[in-house]
Amino acid sequence: MVDQAEAPAPVAPDGGIVPMNMIQALNSALHVKMAEDPNVLSFGEDTGYFGGVFRVTDQLQQKHGLTRSFDTPISECGLVAAAIGMGAYGLRPVVEIQFADYIYPAYDQIVSEAAKMRYRSGGQFTAPIVVRSPYGGGIFGGQTHSQSPESLFTHIAGLKVVIPSNPHDAKGLLTAAIEDDDPVIFLEPKRLYNGPFDGWHKNPVSPWKAQASAQVPTGKYTVPLGKAAVVREGSDVTILCYGTMVWVSLAGAEHAGVDAEVIDLRTLVPLDIETIEASVKKTGRCVIVHEAPKTSGYGAELSALVQERCFYHLEAPIGRVAGWDTPYPHAFEWEYFPGPERVATALKAVMSGGAR
Amino acid sequence: MTRNTQPLSLRVPEPTGRPGDAPDFSHLKLDVAGAVDRPPVEARPVQMLDLAFRLIRVLDDEGQAVGPWNPRLDAGTLKKGLKAMILTRAFDDRMHRAHRQGKTSFYMKCTGEEAIAVAQGMILSREDMGFPTYRQQGLLIARGYPLVDMMNQIYSNAADPIKGRQLPIMYSAKDYGFFTISGNLGTQVPQAVGWAMASAYKGDDKIAITWIGDGATAEGDFHNALTFASVYRAPVILNVVNNQWAISSFMGIAGGLETTFASKAIGYGLPALRVDGNDFLAVWAATQWAEERARSNQGATVIELFTYRGAPHSTSDDPSRYRPGDEHDKWPLGDPVARLKQHLIALGEWSDEAQAEAEAEAVAQVRAAGREAEAIGTLGQSRPSVKMMFEEVFATEDWRLTEQRREVGV
Repeated sequence: MVDQAEAPAPVAPDGGIVPMNMIQALNSALHVKMAEDPNVLSFGEDTGYFGGVFRVTDQLQQKHGLTRSFDTPISECGLVAAAIGMGAYGLRPVVEIQFADYIYPAYDQIVSEAAKMRYRSGGQFTAPIVVRSPYGGGIFGGQTHSQSPESLFTHIAGLKVVIPSNPHDAKGLLTAAIEDDDPVIFLEPKRLYNGPFDGWHKNPVSPWKAQASAQVPTGKYTVPLGKAAVVREGSDVTILCYGTMVWVSLAGAEHAGVDAEVIDLRTLVPLDIETIEASVKKTGRCVIVHEAPKTSGYGAELSALVQERCFYHLEAPIGRVAGWDTPYPHAFEWEYFPGPERVATALKAVMSGGAR
Repeated sequence: MTRNTQPLSLRVPEPTGRPGDAPDFSHLKLDVAGAVDRPPVEARPVQMLDLAFRLIRVLDDEGQAVGPWNPRLDAGTLKKGLKAMILTRAFDDRMHRAHRQGKTSFYMKCTGEEAIAVAQGMILSREDMGFPTYRQQGLLIARGYPLVDMMNQIYSNAADPIKGRQLPIMYSAKDYGFFTISGNLGTQVPQAVGWAMASAYKGDDKIAITWIGDGATAEGDFHNALTFASVYRAPVILNVVNNQWAISSFMGIAGGLETTFASKAIGYGLPALRVDGNDFLAVWAATQWAEERARSNQGATVIELFTYRGAPHSTSDDPSRYRPGDEHDKWPLGDPVARLKQHLIALGEWSDEAQAEAEAEAVAQVRAAGREAEAIGTLGQSRPSVKMMFEEVFATEDWRLTEQRREVGV
């Protein structure tokens, strides 16, 4: 499993920039928002005194007080429901679900309640909550510590879904999510908590420090929801990806020797369709990469959108690289987890006209 | 070592009567009015365990208010409560008829349970928040929410306050302390706890109140709510309306035979009151006790309101298929409207004539509101702009919704 993070980054609203890993960047976002707005609360299982099993909520209680950052009973449904009530009152709770695999007990409250509150009440009540949760594979977490449930939420009217891929975006997106008036599902790729992933599981993990995106302002800033990032410009093919798969896609493009344009979606809802459309129309090819199982994954939606909007620009069928349609297997993690080789295979297939 | 030689048998609880049987309530242990002690508000839950199994009653068979729970209400308050109950019943009757006339798709009456929402709605302030089920229409009516707005919601017409998006009777009225109703049962209970926690966190003075039916206490949300209410000492009143029937399943199916619903609070360290829900004064007194407890930062109270759902579950239900036809008439705790009327008459503050006059007035008021709402339109004859279908999904419309709205041509 993931090692514990280094000591959290210092919080100084002085406009300074320091290297942070993703845990520290998320922690910094919470410290900054809680210092700024007394309506922001943070709670969840083990998130109080201890600061969360991944340390994302470290020192929030010590700095901001017991009633602002506290532990909850092991009741995902209960804590999300309480957050919804608090949101309706006017607070902005940020709750942690220890692993995204444990969101399912809270699914009804998120889907039937938070998502629909503004709509069903004619705008009288809202649920401006953030549900944060580490998700995804790559840490040998077995079936119940590895899943990627994002498409279950993108399908639900009224929910926003955010997935960062680096420390800078993580802090800016979480800040924007807290300030957003809609319920936001904020999925944190735990494979990237401590360092970037070069896509090759045999290579040693490098620290975030070496990456430009680890230069994180200590003060407040936002990365707007609904704006994708072109993380690598290219002319041959567009890769649509998010979270850990951004790094896998970069490695895959290199491995294939293809001049790919890599787009980090950053938010699945709202989706930056303009950036996607412009890129695919430029490159004429598209490969979609995600960790979640292929069937009815978010790639299916992306593929349909690209087909609807860019069909006459496409020179090959759209490629999809995804997790297999099995439960997440412990011993076969590296066969399950989409790696650079599978991305490279898909890229080559698309470059040669889509032959499978 | 023992051997498994005895065959086991599965127990499935059954009610005491089915269609064609004579109603039988002989199993109920009903305390007489005035028999149950009233503990001080600061009593610890463990000091009052028996209240979870007794039945707090104030009005006796002669309509006299007796015993330590008598809230000693003035005649004006009693009359206001009675009139609100009469109006609630008149409203229900008219809207039930409106459904039968095809003016709406659905309706749910609260017949026999009017005392609960009316008394509790009168006690708490509009600043507090009620997290209701679909049978607390009396709360809106007691607080003077415009009947015509309720009807507009039921008809999903152009003036529907929630813009044609919800099933009839799923009101939402923030200014009246009435939270938006969900069709998923029990979800509102832990939300009420969270709302109450927020008030406590802010150092405000507002409390929350919520209702759940006996059937829905089997939902995990109910138990999550009790855990959170207890752990964080949330200022919330948690009502279980035990109206004996969850559609066709009697309360034994939800676990009401082995123990009382009130007693479920005990394991969570919460105080539990079990109350005659057809006794306006008992409901009032118990709620006031719980309110005082919440307002003085001593946390939550669970109240089981023991009552009987006289009407069908909804307009889609036919209770003659699963329970004795005259069971409601034989309910040993009577009718809440008749009992409060009897009490006011016993006080010398009311009469049969006054009752008839109040009932006629309620019918007239409902009829006038009905005319107004129907002039706007009933279901299918009038509705909000189709544009409303795409609005308020998010705080601001995103491109998908903009495109889809244009596809519809609005």
